[in-house]
Amino acid sequence: MDKVRRVISVIVANEAQVLARVSGLFAGRGYNIDSLTVAPIPGSNFSHMTIVTRGNRRVIEQIVKQLHKLIPTFKVIEHEEMVEKEMVLIKFSIESPIAEIQALCQAYNGNIVNAGPDMFIAMAADEAGRIAHFIDAVERYQPVEIVRSGVVAMER
Amino acid sequence: MKMSGAQMVCEAIIAEGVDTVFGYPGGAIMNVYDEIYKQNAFRHILTRHEQAAVHAADGYARATGRVGVAMVTSGPGFTNAVTGLATAYMDSVPLVVISGQVPLSLIGTDGFQEVDAVGISRPCTKHNYLVHSIEDLPRILKEAFYIARSGRPGPVLVDIPKDITGEIGEFVYPDHVDLPTYKPRYKGNDRQIKKAVEAIVNAKKPLLYLGGGVVLSNAHESIRALAEMGQIPAVETLMARGVMGAKNPLLIGMLGMHGSYAANMAMSETDLIIALGARFDDRVTGKLSEFARYADIIHVDIDPANIGKLVDVDYPIVGDVKTVVDKMLPMLEKKVDPDRYQVWRDILARYDELHPLTYNDCDETIKPQWVIERLGQLLGEKAVITSDVGQHQMWAAQFYPFDRPRQWINSGGLGTMGYGFPAALGAQMGQPDKIVVNITGDGSILMNVQELVTAAENKLPVINVILNNHFLGMVRQWQTFFYDKRYSETDLSFQPDWKLLAEACGGAGFDVTTKEEFDAAMEAAIAGGKVTFVNVAVDRFENVLPMVPAGGALYNMLLEHKEQCDG
Ligand SMILES: Cc1ncc(C[n+]2csc(CCOP(=O)(O)OP(=O)(O)O)c2C)c(N)n1
Ligand SMILES: [Mg+2]
Repeated sequence: MDKVRRVISVIVANEAQVLARVSGLFAGRGYNIDSLTVAPIPGSNFSHMTIVTRGNRRVIEQIVKQLHKLIPTFKVIEHEEMVEKEMVLIKFSIESPIAEIQALCQAYNGNIVNAGPDMFIAMAADEAGRIAHFIDAVERYQPVEIVRSGVVAMER
Repeated sequence: MKMSGAQMVCEAIIAEGVDTVFGYPGGAIMNVYDEIYKQNAFRHILTRHEQAAVHAADGYARATGRVGVAMVTSGPGFTNAVTGLATAYMDSVPLVVISGQVPLSLIGTDGFQEVDAVGISRPCTKHNYLVHSIEDLPRILKEAFYIARSGRPGPVLVDIPKDITGEIGEFVYPDHVDLPTYKPRYKGNDRQIKKAVEAIVNAKKPLLYLGGGVVLSNAHESIRALAEMGQIPAVETLMARGVMGAKNPLLIGMLGMHGSYAANMAMSETDLIIALGARFDDRVTGKLSEFARYADIIHVDIDPANIGKLVDVDYPIVGDVKTVVDKMLPMLEKKVDPDRYQVWRDILARYDELHPLTYNDCDETIKPQWVIERLGQLLGEKAVITSDVGQHQMWAAQFYPFDRPRQWINSGGLGTMGYGFPAALGAQMGQPDKIVVNITGDGSILMNVQELVTAAENKLPVINVILNNHFLGMVRQWQTFFYDKRYSETDLSFQPDWKLLAEACGGAGFDVTTKEEFDAAMEAAIAGGKVTFVNVAVDRFENVLPMVPAGGALYNMLLEHKEQCDG
């Protein structure tokens, strides 16, 4: 069976241990996590987790069911038609060609977000695949540090 | 009402109708033990090891269908309980385990006897709680019992810091739970059920594949009715022994690694598996790509994650087995034609004649299978049988004539040696009028042998029948077949004096080497009314057969039995 990439949203009670339950489930059952993000849902007692994973059809089905089986899980959404975004922060030496980098950022919904005496930081926010392209594209400017946020997604 | 957290624990236990708690005290749980001392609404059994306390609560739960309760202290008390939790988790046994924890202010400081109980138990509990505030305690206790027994049952751990059991708070035991995130589905989808009924009606070779979920769902009467109505043959897993009843002509036998030839062939040739509360465990299916190649599959299970986990299912039905089967019965009644499956039943009868479940008996050396058959003749439905893990367990499952569910109690999923004796104590507490026999091995019984003292103290007349082959027999069997007879660390020739050991702890012991001695020992054990070891010297090199070698196809079984009487 072929492996596919899946973005899964999990709505969980915002309580102690819940992240450990989810990450422990993936570790214990040998499922793969490409990225995991979590934050409270405003105005509720729930949190929204977005998990990017990979596996064959049976594995993905099990992941969804096992997530659902956790007592604090309210809802599991296996995304199909979604808006998916990830953010990346990249630090460059001040010597780097800031105008070129800024132009690149803008092509990826980003900009220069901070500049200091020695360094400046560029940001881009886009689909995970495009973020990877962006990182490739700025490779030649020898970035000092790269931080990706992991994916958040919303069903259309 | 105002009371301490410790009192709340006792009040919840009473409100849940629990009459027996098994446990072991220590620093972090002492507040609760102080309240236990002051009350007499429930009984507390002091086991001599926390593992045994949890297994005893588990045996009590399996024998009665009620929630079992165990209580342990923090740190080593809790870690000793982990095997018990994992055992119950694998077999979906409803338990609530209360553990003491260091005070809130010490959590995370490597305090004395601090261990991360919720962290350790997360993968082997259905759910667990660390109580952070006394306000949460009544709700958490209520939820723990509810979660343990509802849906697919399982163990729930409640870890309570010592300062919370000592604190005073307001106690109102909730009369219902409010868990928007947890809604087990019992009913089953009516459209799917209808389709499944059609599939049964149209099948030529349908087969009921019954698992432990049938016992948990108390569905045996409905299932016997279903089998009867369509004259549909049935196979049972290790966990479902007793569901059909040994005398039922529609019961083909136990399937799986040590299943009967006819049962495994039935599974290999059926065109419609009706899986009820079974989970396609690897010990049942053998090599998956060769498993039931001609069959469509109906799978009824309360846990959606069990469906489609290992095999593709044509008719998935999420629901409680009894509820779903009860819906099927009236739909089938008008449509099903028992004659349609006559050829199929004849084929299976032929298979059973060809290779019946058997062994070569011998008069000089007792064969272990004979002991089980004899126990069946002597005790039949009067007994509750527990077992440990190994060859003796498989022989018990193969040869004891189980008549009803909850008569057979063993660790199927985890395969925990040391389970049988403490589970028997729990079963005896739950079923005081039954004769409780633990069928055990000379290896397993030593893993919780300290419970002789618990049994003697509490006058629990559990009979341990030790099928003594002076080996870790099941491992030895694999070494014989697959490791060129290199018996690495499986020879148990050095043995305790079993009779003395039992007597030293306040029990009775009998050493048995002949069939006559066995009968006499059983008679004396039953009459004696106290915990007993019946140590039976059996043929050392007897193997459990049939056997599907691990990873092999279910229809490729080793069948030959050894002829000689060469103990
Ligand atoms: C706690 C534990 N440790 C190890 C094993 C592996 N194991 C399975 S069967 C077995 C041998 C059991 O020996 P005994 O109790 O004498 O039973 P027999 O097979 O001889 O009937 C062992 C070591 C286990 N199942 N559980
Ligand atoms: Mg042995």
